[in-house]
Amino acid sequence: MITTRKKTNLISLLLVAAMLALVIVLDQVIQPTDSMSMLLKVLQKGSIYALAAVSMNLLNGFTGLFSLGHAGFMLIGAYTYAILTIPSEARDVVYQYYDAAIRLSFPETLGNAMGPAGTLLGVVLAIIAAGLAATVIAWLIGLPVLRLKSDYLAIATLGFAEVVRAVFQWGKLGPVTNGSNPLKSFVRINSFQLKLGGTTISLTTFVPVLLATLCIGLIVLLVNSTYGRSFKAIRDDEVAAEAMGINLARHKIMSFCISSFFAGVSGAGMAMVLGIAQASNFKSAMTYEILLMVVLGGIGSISGSCIGAMLFIAASEWWLRGLDSGNFLGINAPGIFRNGFRLVVFSVIIMIVVLFFRKGIMGDRELPDLFKKRARKEGAGK
Amino acid sequence: MKKKKLLSLALASAMVLSLAACGGGNPGGSTPGNPTGSGSAAGDKVVKIGVFEPQSGDNGSGGKQEILGMQYANEKTPTVEIGGETYTVELVYADNQSSNDKAPSAAQTLVAGGVSIVLGSYGSGVSIAASDTFGDAGVPAIGVTCTNPQVTAGNSHYFRICFLDPFQGTVLANFAKDKFSASKAYCLAKQGDDYSVGLCNYFMEAFGKDNCVYETFPEGTSDYSSYVTNAKNSGAQVFFAPVSTEAAALIIDQAATQSLGMPMLAGDTWDSNVITAAAKGKDVDINVTTFYQEGGNPEFDAGIKEWINADATNLTNNNGNDEVAAVTVMGYDAYYVALEALKAAGSTKPADVMAVLGGVEFDGVSGHIAFDDVNGDAIRDVAYVKHCNTETGSWEFVAQQGV
Amino acid sequence: MDLMNTVLPYLLSGISVGGQYALIAIGYTMVYGILRLINFAHGDVFMVAGLMMVYLSASMPLYLAVPLMIVLTVLLGFLIERAAYKPLRTAPRMSVMISAIGVSYLLQNLALYITGGLNKNYPTIPWVSDPITVFGSPTKRVTLITPFLTVALVIVLVWLINHTRVGMAMRAVSRDFETAQLMGIRINNVISVTFVIGSFLAAVGSMLYFSNYPGVVPTSGGMPGLKAFVAAVFGGIGSIPGAVVGAFIIGICENIIKGLDIILQAVGVLKEPLELATFSDAFTFALLIIVLVFKPTGLFGEKTTDKV
Repeated sequence: MITTRKKTNLISLLLVAAMLALVIVLDQVIQPTDSMSMLLKVLQKGSIYALAAVSMNLLNGFTGLFSLGHAGFMLIGAYTYAILTIPSEARDVVYQYYDAAIRLSFPETLGNAMGPAGTLLGVVLAIIAAGLAATVIAWLIGLPVLRLKSDYLAIATLGFAEVVRAVFQWGKLGPVTNGSNPLKSFVRINSFQLKLGGTTISLTTFVPVLLATLCIGLIVLLVNSTYGRSFKAIRDDEVAAEAMGINLARHKIMSFCISSFFAGVSGAGMAMVLGIAQASNFKSAMTYEILLMVVLGGIGSISGSCIGAMLFIAASEWWLRGLDSGNFLGINAPGIFRNGFRLVVFSVIIMIVVLFFRKGIMGDRELPDLFKKRARKEGAGK
Repeated sequence: MKKKKLLSLALASAMVLSLAACGGGNPGGSTPGNPTGSGSAAGDKVVKIGVFEPQSGDNGSGGKQEILGMQYANEKTPTVEIGGETYTVELVYADNQSSNDKAPSAAQTLVAGGVSIVLGSYGSGVSIAASDTFGDAGVPAIGVTCTNPQVTAGNSHYFRICFLDPFQGTVLANFAKDKFSASKAYCLAKQGDDYSVGLCNYFMEAFGKDNCVYETFPEGTSDYSSYVTNAKNSGAQVFFAPVSTEAAALIIDQAATQSLGMPMLAGDTWDSNVITAAAKGKDVDINVTTFYQEGGNPEFDAGIKEWINADATNLTNNNGNDEVAAVTVMGYDAYYVALEALKAAGSTKPADVMAVLGGVEFDGVSGHIAFDDVNGDAIRDVAYVKHCNTETGSWEFVAQQGV
Repeated sequence: MDLMNTVLPYLLSGISVGGQYALIAIGYTMVYGILRLINFAHGDVFMVAGLMMVYLSASMPLYLAVPLMIVLTVLLGFLIERAAYKPLRTAPRMSVMISAIGVSYLLQNLALYITGGLNKNYPTIPWVSDPITVFGSPTKRVTLITPFLTVALVIVLVWLINHTRVGMAMRAVSRDFETAQLMGIRINNVISVTFVIGSFLAAVGSMLYFSNYPGVVPTSGGMPGLKAFVAAVFGGIGSIPGAVVGAFIIGICENIIKGLDIILQAVGVLKEPLELATFSDAFTFALLIIVLVFKPTGLFGEKTTDKV
């Protein structure tokens, strides 16, 4: 038993490594003007959304806390990251209407001191700071809010996200947040390149995929730990869990804070991918989208959330685009296939999943489970 | 149970695969509601021009009017000589949904679609948000009516053919002082909207920040009554609200209901028949600055009116009548500037076009167009001021104004 | 006196918009009372009612368009319940709420497709949209009508719930779903009636709201819907008078906050503007969190206990 588990883990690790290697190769092969370059965009955006979906799943699917405040935590992460990585010469251009209050740039300061490694360290520190900022706020809001029951919790966290958005848009905070105006010129994914001798290796897609993979890996470790089992116990029956000696309040706030940490990190990733951070992008619609990704993949399945997010992004940004522009599957019908049809088809698909395939693509199983079952069945056949 | 799950899995994957197979090779190459606009004859060489415009969202109607100009130009001049060969011009569209977070991926579809040059967008925020996507791919872009300085500042791939907000804001501030002898102004902008926030800011700089009351409203607002009340209570003498036409229609309605009692000023976005329709029959005094005055080129006006009237879709996209919006004229000129650049480059490679774009000059309907050396901005020093005649619901020329 | 003149227009706007929120909030509170479901799609039903009016009035006179719009809205509410919520009656509450979010997403995208994403001008309804002057503040007649109409409708509704068989069934179902079912109450009919009433009020509310702010976009329903829900929670979810009082309070607060800078400067409290108008929407949600944390049952709500 233990050996098979070890084996599966090893195989999973190898597969992940292979995937990362493939992403690097794709990054070099596909040029931005190729028609396949959409694949890269989908991978970049999809991996960040996958992280966001998994972090939401940790809360909604594994702990049973229905929270809709994800966009708010991502916003905090995106802003923290952006503010801490804007290089000093770009500050005044970005904060065009304000006198920037924070002039510290992690990558720049560390880069000056330690060279390229310092720049990288600065970016990593900024990402961690983004997660921590979201965690601190989550802890503060979690103390009172987590006492609420299911849908009250959902609506309170949704409201909290709206409050966060307003605070970040407040003109009086302009010197820090640039008011409601976008932050830009910070370190984006395109800034990452590896120079080996004469050749330059672009890491544009590799960076967000790696970031998401590492974070999701951490979440997987957490879910399989004692804490993860406690979370699931709380989800399945709060009263029973408490009777078993699980400290409800402590575990709930822990799950909430950890989920928010990774939401903050995914917010930072979002800023890196989009190259722009603006409060008005982090609306409740974003939370809904992430929730639908989780549902699509299966509530309670981490690999499901990843698949759900990738499918969601690929379908809405790439595959279904033809529905908007008159020509789809070789059918040319500009009367029907006009602007917005893509989203209609897409939302119908989602409704079908919600109503008829309530478990989503994966249910509460993980990818390795699929192979395991088959193996066991084969074994039984012998 | 297991069977059902398997079935669902199979269905989902089949659906996804079929979509992948067929959707992938189709990077959105046809027209929004105008199928006959840009067909390419078989066997011809094709050069693609990207149209990066909002067709939905706050700025959807403005974007559609800007596209009309490009489509008209494309119909008049469907081919171009590049390096001794005749190319058919195909317009490739991407809808940025007036949204900063949708803009980069919309831009990526254009880049992936193999366009040689991009035109757009209406609205500065989306242009700024998508700028890096064009820059990374080395595709040049011509801003048509995005007036915020940050669109072209600090990059070499974004050019623009319209005037800038510092200029427009100063013109409007001077106009408010000279025409209405205003000493206090009420400024209203939308939160996070580069265009209105920027223009208000430059207006206030020219007008005197201490004499301005500045407020912003959140996205999705439809109740503007309290902002109009604020303007009345603040003791201002002009109401400056350079916001999207969608918000403007609601603001005008409230201003009329509450008898605002002061002139309303706005920038180029308000030069639209959405505004004249909203103001028709109401007691409001609206003045705007813009790029072009109808009647400036009678031959062009007659031609485009006939073209708009001939097609129901075009008429709908122009909000139901044939009044020529300045953004349509700018779209028309932008198309020809792009053709000039392609001719000068002698190649359809984006990099070649980018290299020569800065030197391109063109005598357009909206005036002579040339780019400066600093940021690739248009060299323009004239704006037109128009006033809305609320009886007929049309624009009247007031003055031609410099700084 | 001078202060009164400064503040009055905000109060008027607040009362008007509060009445419109109230009509939407009743739909939320009734559905929640019975199904324990936050019907996220309700705000979008309100928006669709507005859009239907735009399209119907373009092809027929108003005296036909208004009743037809109301009938179609009611039908939409009924169909949404049957198609999206009824199949999930035994599912966990989270699934139903996700389904509601899905319906909301679908309605918004459908509206986006049909309108092409453009702002649609709401037709002017004669008499209702006429300008009038209240205590020296010019406004539209609808501002004045809204609170009276809202209160009248609520009185009728409360009478219906207290004195008819359907009303009794509704009260029974909201008190105890399973027992009511065992007592022979046709749950599905009661739920349908709830959705019909909610949609009817949303249709009336949309007429008043869009007469005041005559532009309909696909996202028009989102914010008013959320605020109406907050109003319902604020007043104590399940309580109809509570929802109405909550809605008026939220409507008035929101408009006062939009003008707070100007008011405070007029009073002399503030020298510099604080740009407080930024928080006009956020205030509603901050209020929500405070209410939920300190008095989760709202102003008029009943205390519920958890059963194991």
